[in-house]
Amino acid sequence: VAELLGRPLAVANAGVDLFADQLERQSVRVERVEWRPPEPGTEEALARLAPEAEAIARANDEAVARIEDAQPMLAGVGTARDLLAGMSARTILHAGPPIDWADMCGPLRGAVIGAAVHEGLAEHHEDAARKAASGAFEFGPCHERGAVGPMAGVVSASMPMVVVENPVHGNRAFCTFNEGLGKVLRYGANDDEVLARLAWIRDVLADVFARALARLGGPIDLRAITAQALQMGDEGHNRNRAGTSLLLRTLLPALIELEGPAADTAAVARFIAGNDHFYLNLAMPASKVCADAAAGIDRSSIVVAMARNGTEFGIRLSGTGDRWFTGPSGTIDGLYLPGFGPEDANPDIGDSTITETVGLGGFAMAAAPAIVRVVGGGPEDALDATRAMYDISWGESRSYQIPPLGFRGTPVGIDCREVVQTRVLPFVNTGIAHREPGVGQVGAGLVEPPMEAFVKAVRALAGS
Amino acid sequence: MTEHVIVRRGAYYDSVTLMLVSRAAAAEAGAKAVAVGMATPLNLELLAGQGFTVDADLGPNDLVIAIRAADPDQVVAAVDRELSAKATTTPRAETPAARSLSSAARRHPELSLAFLSIPGDHVAHEAAAALAVGMHVFCFSDGVSLEVEAALKRTAVERGLLFMGADCGTAIIDGVALGFANAVRRGPVGIVGASGTGIQEVCCLLDSAGVGVSHAIGVGGRDLSAEVGGLMMRRGLELLARDDDTQAIVAISKPPDPQVAQAIEQAADETAKSVVLGFELTLEQAATRAAELVGGVLPAPGEELNKPPRPGDVRGLFAGGTLCSEAERIVGRGRFVDFGDDEYTQGRAHPMIDPSLRLEHLAAAARDPAVEVLLLDVVLGYGAHPDPATELAAAIDGLDQHVIVALCGAADDPQDLTKQRETLERAGAVVTRSNAHAARLAKEASGG
Repeated sequence: VAELLGRPLAVANAGVDLFADQLERQSVRVERVEWRPPEPGTEEALARLAPEAEAIARANDEAVARIEDAQPMLAGVGTARDLLAGMSARTILHAGPPIDWADMCGPLRGAVIGAAVHEGLAEHHEDAARKAASGAFEFGPCHERGAVGPMAGVVSASMPMVVVENPVHGNRAFCTFNEGLGKVLRYGANDDEVLARLAWIRDVLADVFARALARLGGPIDLRAITAQALQMGDEGHNRNRAGTSLLLRTLLPALIELEGPAADTAAVARFIAGNDHFYLNLAMPASKVCADAAAGIDRSSIVVAMARNGTEFGIRLSGTGDRWFTGPSGTIDGLYLPGFGPEDANPDIGDSTITETVGLGGFAMAAAPAIVRVVGGGPEDALDATRAMYDISWGESRSYQIPPLGFRGTPVGIDCREVVQTRVLPFVNTGIAHREPGVGQVGAGLVEPPMEAFVKAVRALAGS
Repeated sequence: MTEHVIVRRGAYYDSVTLMLVSRAAAAEAGAKAVAVGMATPLNLELLAGQGFTVDADLGPNDLVIAIRAADPDQVVAAVDRELSAKATTTPRAETPAARSLSSAARRHPELSLAFLSIPGDHVAHEAAAALAVGMHVFCFSDGVSLEVEAALKRTAVERGLLFMGADCGTAIIDGVALGFANAVRRGPVGIVGASGTGIQEVCCLLDSAGVGVSHAIGVGGRDLSAEVGGLMMRRGLELLARDDDTQAIVAISKPPDPQVAQAIEQAADETAKSVVLGFELTLEQAATRAAELVGGVLPAPGEELNKPPRPGDVRGLFAGGTLCSEAERIVGRGRFVDFGDDEYTQGRAHPMIDPSLRLEHLAAAARDPAVEVLLLDVVLGYGAHPDPATELAAAIDGLDQHVIVALCGAADDPQDLTKQRETLERAGAVVTRSNAHAARLAKEASGG
């Protein structure tokens, strides 16, 4: 703590500008805070949390330190039924907070139906829908089993999953393999082509990938890859071209040396090379393993999960245990593929906002000028997007740096108090799913999480 | 010379960062060789070339810090400092402003004081955030509950910080005027006060005697209440006692809680410097004694009434709370209104900035045939109205009644003390330098 007397004053002015002017006229360094009243309905909760500010600060320091210290290591490949707790043959996991069949959006239903057929739980699509409606399947969020899934995020028992280990805190996270763009299960597509690809991923890709990993002789440090990818124009959510390339480069020698049918190895290499988003399904569990390391710290106001099921957007705080705080999933403001428009868009869906939770995605937008047009602006807007996120984030990343911001670390650790106080919402950039199952991705853009979720979270933390 | 090789597995940094870190650490005293790099084959070869031995099983995601130095720990500390140093960029004009104090503090760790003038309901959160990051707080905002104020001050004490306020009008820290404060010269007297205009009056009286102020610490009008217990006045006394620029200390407050007053007296007794406790003195007396302690002399007030006394009511219309209560005590009768009170500042600016409400009441009082003496204060200085005398002069010009104005200002104030005095005198007012003297004249003018 700096003494006040006998040192140069540096003043943060919140409120009337006149006082800042007056200080500047006396040649005092003044930082003008653009203070606004907090989100209505949170005043009492914020006041109640105020006396605990120091305890919360210590808890938040710990949470951000854990996110930062975690080492997401790609360790191997397994099967959902073996890896995920309580994964029965009839369990179907999904993205976002908990939801029943009746409330599921089109793409999520489509993916559930596809997974049921893929698992042999239903004879055909109509059968799957009927069984889903009659309670034949057990639904649950990926997040509650250590997993994450992009878009619909549907995971069923036989699906192969990558295993990301964090040796520092001893936790793991899991994710399915990315299926590519177009007609894919995660966008609710479930026709024969989709099912055939799922089978190929299970039978060929997972095996080749696992053996190549094993051949490398040790896990792959995903933080290192993501950190490099950020300096190559990725932001780790909507652009994964550099991450995918770096991953493939890392795997390449092992793939070449791999025993077994060369055609399979080549097909896998071709599949990864042809799918810019392959790395998303590694960036997500890498993010999850870091965020989970920061969960469960008493009094911490840091967000450790943001996830959408296409109907609701849910968040979890480090200091409030397993509770979800939800609000309606937003509509995405973005660019559409030819022939589609906002009327085709499904509300926001997917666990991929786990990347924003640890300082990637929208929080690292400044690193990705190549996709800035999705934001509807120029590179300056991308810089401003990241800059705005520092206002609601507790810390800055050591490893994820933004070249055009002078290699400043990305903002990490969303403080729910700051979200409601500043009324600045986390900046999320995401893909847009068609509202009908099976059509696939129709665009990409920006979405605002519902303020309601943060209001509920702050109130819960304040015990009101 | 000691050799030191540290390996941090999985700690990835890009090569440019590490080259910058190596360069900075190599500048540390006694450093002979510093190599900080990822264990890439190339770097391992370079390390071997420098004579360092490293484990063979390292990979390109492992950080190696290799040092040869007189005091390797010092160089390691330098490396860690550089690795954790936040990158800073030159802020561009269009960079959006921070929207909260915590955010401002994160951006600019050098910020030392939070100046709050936000609505009182929101002070608890922002002030707590400021204290949590180690900023002192000047809380101009009013409307903060006593409970919140006490809690914030307890936190401040724990953290070794100052919480000035709530409803703190003034402070002078190292010559910097915060809030409503006067451009007084710097000098040997330190002031700590639970009263904004009380501090201003003492500052200005001292200034008129050629005695300067080291620091003036406002602590908020309720600091000496039983609930708050004088936490910040005690802290202020401590700070001034330790401060090399301060020779003598004045503590002023509206009438304090008796037990708290006792505690402050005890704290003052334990202070190695001379302390004038002004709780039972007029501000004039407090300033006189403080001046004496540092070898100064406050000139005796010489202003006199400009017409014969006229028995009748006294109406006190004040912008400063302490000035108002002091005058009321001295006059002993009449009606006194403090327009700076919360009751009159809801939804409008303080009367030192916006005189309109007081001028309305002045006009009404002037029309009241029972009122023979109008007693007012005019407070100059930073933050105050740019020319209060001209507006007030227009309102009193031609009035029959005695108009007595206590003019609280310093010669260097932006409003021009002499011009303000002349403007008021031309309009028929008796203008005094001391508030107590204005009150004495008002008493005399109304028939004693």
